[in-house]
Amino acid sequence: MPPEISLLLDRSESYVAQNRRADKKQSLLRGRTIINLFFEASTRTRTSFELAGKRLGADVINMSVSTSSVRKGETVIDTAMTLNAMHPDVLIVRHPESGAVKLLSEKVNCAVINAGDGSHEHPTQALLDALTIRRRKGRLDGLKVAICGDILHSRVARSNIHLLNIMGARVRVVAPRTLLPRAVERLGVEVYHDMGEGLAGCDIVMMLRLQTERMQGNYFPSIREYFHFFGLDYEKLGRASAEALIMHPGPMNRGVEIDSLVADDYGRSVIREQVEMGVAVRMACLELLTGDPAGGDRGNI
Amino acid sequence: MTTKSTATGPRVAYVNARLLDPASNLDQPGGLLTDGESIADFGPHVTPSAYPADAEMVDCDGYCLAPGLVDIRVQLREPGEEHKGTLASAGRAATAGGITSMVCLPNTHPVIDDMSVVEFVARRARLLGLTKVYPYAAVTKGLEGNSLAEIGMLAEAGAVAFTDGVKSVASARVMRQALQYARTFDVLIVEHAEEPTLAAGGAMNAGEVATRLGLVGIPREAEVIIVERDIHLVRLTGGRLHFAHLSTTAAIDAVRLAKRGGLAVTCDTAPPYFAMNENAIGDYRTFAKLSPPLRAEEDRLAVIEGLLDGTIDAIASDHAPEDEDAKRLPFAQAAFGGIGLETLLSVSLELHHNGHLPLLDVLRLITCNPANLMGLPAGRLAKGARADLTLFDPDRAWQVREHELYSKSKNTPFDYRPVQGRVLMTVVDGRRVFALRG
Repeated sequence: MPPEISLLLDRSESYVAQNRRADKKQSLLRGRTIINLFFEASTRTRTSFELAGKRLGADVINMSVSTSSVRKGETVIDTAMTLNAMHPDVLIVRHPESGAVKLLSEKVNCAVINAGDGSHEHPTQALLDALTIRRRKGRLDGLKVAICGDILHSRVARSNIHLLNIMGARVRVVAPRTLLPRAVERLGVEVYHDMGEGLAGCDIVMMLRLQTERMQGNYFPSIREYFHFFGLDYEKLGRASAEALIMHPGPMNRGVEIDSLVADDYGRSVIREQVEMGVAVRMACLELLTGDPAGGDRGNI
Repeated sequence: MTTKSTATGPRVAYVNARLLDPASNLDQPGGLLTDGESIADFGPHVTPSAYPADAEMVDCDGYCLAPGLVDIRVQLREPGEEHKGTLASAGRAATAGGITSMVCLPNTHPVIDDMSVVEFVARRARLLGLTKVYPYAAVTKGLEGNSLAEIGMLAEAGAVAFTDGVKSVASARVMRQALQYARTFDVLIVEHAEEPTLAAGGAMNAGEVATRLGLVGIPREAEVIIVERDIHLVRLTGGRLHFAHLSTTAAIDAVRLAKRGGLAVTCDTAPPYFAMNENAIGDYRTFAKLSPPLRAEEDRLAVIEGLLDGTIDAIASDHAPEDEDAKRLPFAQAAFGGIGLETLLSVSLELHHNGHLPLLDVLRLITCNPANLMGLPAGRLAKGARADLTLFDPDRAWQVREHELYSKSKNTPFDYRPVQGRVLMTVVDGRRVFALRG
């Protein structure tokens, strides 16, 4: 198991404790500048990163950039160069195009955190999911995890498949064929098209949001048919392990991919806990990327 | 054919028959015993002197007793166009044609793109108790080619397969997604192969005859373009696809190649496409205006070749009732389509009488093969199976006359055609639902 992931998760644990105290702030990153650069609308991820930076004592600036009217490649680079000239320590970037964050990171000499690029990756989401699972189950190795729904458009799914496989979990994806990318089995997952079969014996049921804003054409006929076959309700959940946890990266479409009763089942649903872990994981990322005042190599996540 | 009734129970013994079952390659003299709705026994040991005493006896006089025919392409017109045809009129025509199971197209009003219409058709047909009706449902909502119908829930409600009926799914993207989505539920898509922009405005096959008649032609390429496109999409998606009523050399060649390549592609044709060619239009006979149009003689021969080598899996009647108002019009304005339930067996038997195929192989194309394509529990003789039977004389000669047909609409392309082979009796679930008069 790669030590850097275990280290990140271990460091996150201490921040979980810190975030539950009345005084949540420390000065580890005092004097550092963090820019939240979001080319795509976001509430929870942006807020989560902002809190993470502020609780470590850094100065955090939020920038939202609309990409609608400009040629995207140019804007990303121009924006990056401009911001770079102001000497930030960390850029946290979200962009609707896959690969755009990588492109930007090549043009700056500060640390860059990918906060989600297109349908490609969302690494801090995968880390916070891993932390949530590890705290509840005590391990990741050997767990059966079903990732269900809109795999095709999901960066969360790709990052989770990647991380969970590295950590020794057994990952399945469950979706209609229209919502699975080609050759998905080559990512190291078992593929199912039936929720009952896909959830059978699973320890973790991870639901994904239907990303209708990325859909062009016919991926499924109607919401009611989607919910009938692929929405998580108690009947389908009954096939999973009795101690199975329910996860969702949010924001949820209630009655579309998940039944409200299941989403709010506090005995099994850890959806709110995922949000809490998000702040802690992002604090650990910021610490590891910038925390060395001697000025070692600054990496990217 | 005589019956003797000393029956006290629900059993009927059909004796002195030539038993034919293509699924098991059975062709031998014998009898068949039904018990209520099911086949209890059959074989050479069921004879006039050896059948249960409480059973009614039907003497088949040596005629052929075969599984009831299975017709996978029928337009019913109910709900919505009952003046052209109803479930009841189609049921009577189908039983007269020896058909005991039929699959109906979704191009009714309302379209069969909603669970309630699937259930309506199934319930109405069940109440009639004639030929069993299995509905297709639409691939796209309203047959409009844009957004997928609720394929999963429609399949749960009883739709046996999915098709946009007399239209192709024009958009390659929609077809790709339909095949992909349908594969999630392992259901079959059925395609009417005709590129709509190429066929637009056409009234008959493009070629010399159309030129002489001054009619706008539908090029044969309209068929093969969709067939080739869809074969590529099947390769891309791994879906299952069936082409309905193929009519051209090139399209059949394309299917032959795809099958050799191991793709899940099948096809059927309809009697007009191996029994007639575009010359049948003669002097603007609108009863011969079909979709796809009657083609050239070389295409007709290619259809027969496809039936001989197994490229074409089944023959369907392609029954399409149109009333006089829709047919008594200038050729270009007349509706496409011809009825076919009552001539399916007789015209298909021409393949046998003309020496192309053995009798059992002709029957295979209209019984177990189409049943297997659609996953229907029909088309074979088996103990315990539903007693759906056809008794026919393979040699009896008669002439098709439109006014003698049971179908409500009379638009048969075979009017006046002398044919050989006639249905004498049809049995559905053990009940005799048709017996030839005289």
